[in-house]
Amino acid sequence: MIRTLAGVAMLSGLLVVLTYQWTLPRITENKRLAVQRAVFKVIPGITAHAAFRLDADGLTRVNEADATGTLVYAGYDQAGQLKGMAAEAAARGYQDVIRILYGYSPSCECITGITILQSTETPGLGDKIGTDPKFLANFTALDARLNTGRTALQHAIVTVKHGKKTEPWQIDAISGATISSKAIGKMLNDSTQTLLPRLAGRTDQLRRQP
Amino acid sequence: MAADPKPAQPITMDTFLDGVWRENPVFVMLLGMCPVLAVTNSVANAIAMGLATTFVLLCSSALVSLLRNAIPKQVRIATYIVIIATFVTIVDYVIQAISLDLYNALGAFIQLIVVNCIILGRAEAYASRHRMTASLVNSLGMGAGFSLALLCLGSVRELLGNGTLLGFAVFGERFQPWSIMILPPGGFFVLGAWLLLFAWLKERKARAAQKGERIHGT
Repeated sequence: MIRTLAGVAMLSGLLVVLTYQWTLPRITENKRLAVQRAVFKVIPGITAHAAFRLDADGLTRVNEADATGTLVYAGYDQAGQLKGMAAEAAARGYQDVIRILYGYSPSCECITGITILQSTETPGLGDKIGTDPKFLANFTALDARLNTGRTALQHAIVTVKHGKKTEPWQIDAISGATISSKAIGKMLNDSTQTLLPRLAGRTDQLRRQP
Repeated sequence: MAADPKPAQPITMDTFLDGVWRENPVFVMLLGMCPVLAVTNSVANAIAMGLATTFVLLCSSALVSLLRNAIPKQVRIATYIVIIATFVTIVDYVIQAISLDLYNALGAFIQLIVVNCIILGRAEAYASRHRMTASLVNSLGMGAGFSLALLCLGSVRELLGNGTLLGFAVFGERFQPWSIMILPPGGFFVLGAWLLLFAWLKERKARAAQKGERIHGT
């Protein structure tokens, strides 16, 4: 019995690993294309974008096809002026990790849009985070101002119960999809709290289209 | 190794057609209702789901049938689930490699193929008792029947709910789509209508047979 079970388990492990290895390059390429499309969606009114890696030395221009690490996408309008930045955020949702891309505008210091990159939330309930127009309206100008010391957000981004939103840094949850809505609030807060203070002194580098 | 409980039956057209018509998993056995209702809001989703399920069904039936004499009876269900889950994971990766949009459209239902009772049912009721070729033909029929049923629902729902078929507009500009058809309630309405049609066909056939008997009987 043990031999059969071990044999079946090993065979299945082998098959899964082989498929994983075989499909990995295609999946990464697909994900890159999806991010590219998403950048145009979350920063309104841009015609071009460039990817930068943010590390201890600051921002470096990278080729997004083979870049790793924390990436920031800068979006430019027709005149080559910086319109906004976009970055990925992720947190655990109800089913699995939800990955989103959000746009940030330095002029209003607010989040200008989000789009779902990956989610397996419950169809009809949790998956509304990507489609419900009322929920997405939270992110047309979500307050993400930094405090005076530029070390953290002035007001942490939080998800509040449906219909209880009073402040511009609050997210109005979808009723029936509280866990998924909270995950979005958490990932936006985590990502902006770490990313924006690090970006604060460095936006000049992004100002003009490279 | 124990011999097969039954002598090998010849593979006939019925081995295949059972799944498509007489034992259609959706319209006759009412199995696997979860994906049937959930992902049939467009023809493309229905086809993708049908193909994915058929692939898992074929591969797991083949493997179960191949190992049928080696799998101990006490742990057979666990073994079947491991085998099915393997192929579902493979399908999951392959769909991600083909198109992320399709992957997102099918959502959690790809992973849920693991618990689709058509597949476990085939493994338990057929593949574990028959030779590999017979199991393959039978599960191909079941897969075809399942895909056909998904297609029946998907085409009606997309046509009425969106006015399109595979994304191509069928009706003119003035068509007002019945949005409810692509929403969850539409799935129940359309499934109900198809079941009604099949029940009516069956009843009519039975009545015709009865009538025939009476005529021949006199």
